[in-house]
Amino acid sequence: MPKDHGIGASQKRREDVRFLTGRGQYTDDINLHGQTYVYFLRSDVAHGKINSIDTSAAEAMEGVVRIFTGADFEGIGGLPCGWQVTDRFGQPMQEPGHPVLARGKVRHVGDPIAAIVAETKEQARDAAEAIVLDIEELPAVVDMKAALAEGAAKVHDELSSNLCYDWGFVEDNKAAVDEAIKNAAHVTTLELVNNRLIANPMEPRVAVGDYNFANDESTLYTTSQNPHVIRLLMGAFVLGIPEHKLRVVAPDVGGGFGTKIFHYAEEAFVTFAARQIKRPVKWTSTRSEAFMSDAHGRDHVTKIELALDADNNFTALRCETYANMGAYLSTFAPSVPTWLHGTLLAGNYRTPLIYTNVKAVFTNTVPVDAYRGAGRPEATFQIERVVDKAARELGVDPIQLRRQNFITQFPYSTPVAVQYDTGDYVATMDKLEEIMDMSGFAARRKESEAKGKWRGLGVNCYIEACGIAPSNLVGQLGARAGLYDAATVRVNATGSISVMVGAHSHGQGHETTFPQVIAEMIGIDESQIDIVHGDSSKIPFGMGTYGSRSLAVCGSAMVRATEKVIRKAKKIAAHLLEASEADIELKNGKFSVAGTDKSVDWAGVTLAAYVPHNYPLEDIEPGLEETAFYDPSNFTYPSGAYACEVEVDPETGKVQILKFAAADDFGNVVNPMIVEGQVHGGIAQGIGQAMLEAAIYDENGQLQSASYMDYAMPRADDVPFYIVDHSCATPCTHNPLGVKGCGEAGAIGSPPAVVNAVIDALASGGKNVGHINMPLTPHRVWKAINS
Amino acid sequence: MYAFDVTRPKTVAEAVEALGAEEAQALGGGQTLIPTLKQRLASPSVLVSLASIDEIKGVCADGDTLTIGGGTTHATVAQEAAATYPALAALAANIGDPAVRNRGTIGGSLANNDPSACYPSAALASNATIVTNTREIAADDYFQGLFTTALEPGEIITGVKFPVPQAANYQKFVQPASRFSLVGVFVAKYADGVRVAVTGASEGGVFRWTEAEAALSADFSPAALDGLTASADGLINDLHGDAEYRAHLIKVMTKRAVAAAN
Ligand SMILES: Cc1cc2nc3c(=O)[nH]c(=O)nc-3n(C[C@H](O)[C@H](O)[C@H](O)COP(=O)(O)OP(=O)(O)OC[C@H]3O[C@@H](n4cnc5c(N)ncnc54)[C@H](O)[C@@H]3O)c2cc1C
Repeated sequence: MPKDHGIGASQKRREDVRFLTGRGQYTDDINLHGQTYVYFLRSDVAHGKINSIDTSAAEAMEGVVRIFTGADFEGIGGLPCGWQVTDRFGQPMQEPGHPVLARGKVRHVGDPIAAIVAETKEQARDAAEAIVLDIEELPAVVDMKAALAEGAAKVHDELSSNLCYDWGFVEDNKAAVDEAIKNAAHVTTLELVNNRLIANPMEPRVAVGDYNFANDESTLYTTSQNPHVIRLLMGAFVLGIPEHKLRVVAPDVGGGFGTKIFHYAEEAFVTFAARQIKRPVKWTSTRSEAFMSDAHGRDHVTKIELALDADNNFTALRCETYANMGAYLSTFAPSVPTWLHGTLLAGNYRTPLIYTNVKAVFTNTVPVDAYRGAGRPEATFQIERVVDKAARELGVDPIQLRRQNFITQFPYSTPVAVQYDTGDYVATMDKLEEIMDMSGFAARRKESEAKGKWRGLGVNCYIEACGIAPSNLVGQLGARAGLYDAATVRVNATGSISVMVGAHSHGQGHETTFPQVIAEMIGIDESQIDIVHGDSSKIPFGMGTYGSRSLAVCGSAMVRATEKVIRKAKKIAAHLLEASEADIELKNGKFSVAGTDKSVDWAGVTLAAYVPHNYPLEDIEPGLEETAFYDPSNFTYPSGAYACEVEVDPETGKVQILKFAAADDFGNVVNPMIVEGQVHGGIAQGIGQAMLEAAIYDENGQLQSASYMDYAMPRADDVPFYIVDHSCATPCTHNPLGVKGCGEAGAIGSPPAVVNAVIDALASGGKNVGHINMPLTPHRVWKAINS
Repeated sequence: MYAFDVTRPKTVAEAVEALGAEEAQALGGGQTLIPTLKQRLASPSVLVSLASIDEIKGVCADGDTLTIGGGTTHATVAQEAAATYPALAALAANIGDPAVRNRGTIGGSLANNDPSACYPSAALASNATIVTNTREIAADDYFQGLFTTALEPGEIITGVKFPVPQAANYQKFVQPASRFSLVGVFVAKYADGVRVAVTGASEGGVFRWTEAEAALSADFSPAALDGLTASADGLINDLHGDAEYRAHLIKVMTKRAVAAAN
């Protein structure tokens, strides 16, 4: 019988009752008395000098409350960047200003120029049309290599060039890597693009700013994955509002995928404007605006080389990447191609020498930042594509080549600065071969051939570093803040529990899983436990949810706080039972004295903690509430092996994904159903990247795929039924739950399997192509077949 | 959206009168027009909804002719044309999603004449007659290029008369994002010959592939197309496929349509 309670039970998501019955409370559901609406007039050119903005006619229009431009933000901070990268030469990255509203220049299509606050949305939009702009269009830089060329137009005039940084890692390895590649028996080289993506959460971004002048308090309601981070960044760096006067609330959030981590101009604007006009200000992004104002993801152009010795052992890996930052540095942008990418380049393999060079480039495009996986999908794609290509060049089985080079001893210190605590890559690969029915592939290929189709099988492994992050380590790497988390476990008098957590749930199911952990620890029913999240005024602190960190970091803080609660409860129980504390055992929600039949139940103790008649006040404070902060000592390293089977129609280039299997090692699993759901969603996004999605700019910096008419999101019939397994668990060694995190794995682990499968299918049809860049649209595949 | 008024006439005559107003525009299912209004790309003063006019709704088979009211939704065509003209019903069943099919109308689709829309290929391949409040227009005269038709301002499509073919099939190769046709080919075989209409491919909108028609009229089999190639001249080059790819797909889809129709 599978468990139906506590850790390991596939409990249904309790939050879904609210979401599926329309009872969710999203930011757009928040409407405040006297609320106004803001419309942002955005640049329609990629690069231009603002000669003048004439708002006089617009100001006179019906319903207009006030119009703001960059000039209104004189003396107010710009949007800060949370990570500083130091370049190969020991110099800090070039860090341009990021004004809330454009000043002097516009730098991408969608850059906000003016903000019109009016009584209604339509009035604001009408007034925007009456603003007279004189913008002198400048040449736009879009292509990264062209942006670095001599004489290229500069996105930021105050910087010396469009180069944000030129980063080398590990710089001391460079010469040895170059040497190893020169002397290798075989070198496989691959040039590839990691396509630019737009996250497209179902709920677009929304922000409502409110100000109570009577007590000088500001409140921001926003679609955020991390309300405390927004409070810190916006309060301290942009608007100068101290924390006790600033509350940030992220209520139900309809998907984030990374793009709702960052602090955005619109959030700062509504908070600022509400203080100015002393009325609430609301902004709801349209989908069209989301395409040009939500941070994009990925967008790397890479050359990767893998060196092998005569026995096919990997001897060195060299990676050279151009990473697009877009027009401004979004909150975590500099960290993505560096510390979230370079440190992952060992993958699952014993490659002794690794060097990566990353040039981060400013262009006249929307800022690029973390998107589900962030850096790790890019690393995985590079490694797993080049390994597959090497196998093909050497005529060896791609699974065998991987197995031969697997890391098998743990802990393992990579040449790229991280130490994997546990893993079993052989086990996940064995499991993958089994669940994918690989032995039946040859027969399935024949069936496809009989229909005139080419069938291919692709596999890949992945490793990710998540549970972000050990604060000391990331501090050394340039993070301007540590990344621990916190939880308060508040036990109520009758024994029910409210847990205030810093993690934010926007699809992850925390409201279900977190109580399962505490229920297991105490032995009470989950229905007795609720979590509270998303409101800076209610929770102690928290860095939010991203990097598959919620359970590994915030969950660990919750465990620590619960342990404190239990310790104190035992003391109270010992007093009530007139026994020694050391003899008290807690089991199934009951405290008993070892070796006796004396006991008191959970609620008896909690009641005594709050309404004591007989209480050892000299020894123990009344009440039962504990807070813990948790800073992980290492990252966690989920890993796994994925496989994809495709059928290619050689006449049209259309690819159908027939089968997809994932064998993951997430360590211990609290709710298997939710974990599987996370993997399903991640794979859908990975297949989206591999097959469908691409944000494409023309040479003038106009986004061509600017709506769902041209930006292809995966639909249900684009993806197969997934076969997922997480039974090969090697628990994390350094957090109390032994959990590793599962939120990003699907998106990290799936694109290479898809591409490898298509390359394999083409090879079976006699077309040996080295690589096809994602997304593998019918057009691109057809071209590859016919080139 | 800009502000506008809405009227809901009950008859074609009332609708025609209402459309006489300055800047008035007909509203069918709104599946094209409403998004255009949301983007503020159109600013009609009054929308004349055709949704309450019963006389332009419905599917009616009469001998060799299938007549579909201009206000008939895709969903209704998918259901009610299935027995008489299955290829047309299948085309309708594959437009957009259920919400689009339950609102969007054949009249709206033909009036809009989107170069990637499905219905224009069926109308052209079937040599359909577009019936309006004032006249009847042969499909060959009706389609006049991108988003351009023979309709006069204020003219309403009240119906479409489809001669029912002996055999027909529509092959839609979808554009991955919009799922409109990247290339769609409608093949219809009549006693007096075969017609092949291509949508999605050309910068000039739906067109007939006359070489294929001649070959298929002589021999209605996929092999009859072997020696032909569709020209890439004037075909669309965009994010989703270049002209050469579209030209290739025209032939592949035509062959598949013939195979499926046989
Ligand atoms: C998500 C989505 C997917 C779609 N996918 C497809 C697809 O795969 N294939 C496809 O072919 N189409 C597709 N469409 C378009 C759909 O078929 C529309 O229904 C159609 O293009 C317009 O019909 P409508 O009745 O909605 O017209 P409306 O949007 O109301 O009007 C369109 C134009 O026609 C005019 N008009 C409307 N009715 C009449 C009439 N009876 N006489 C004269 N003028 C009239 C209007 O004034 C307007 O100019 C899709 C639409 C959406 C939103």
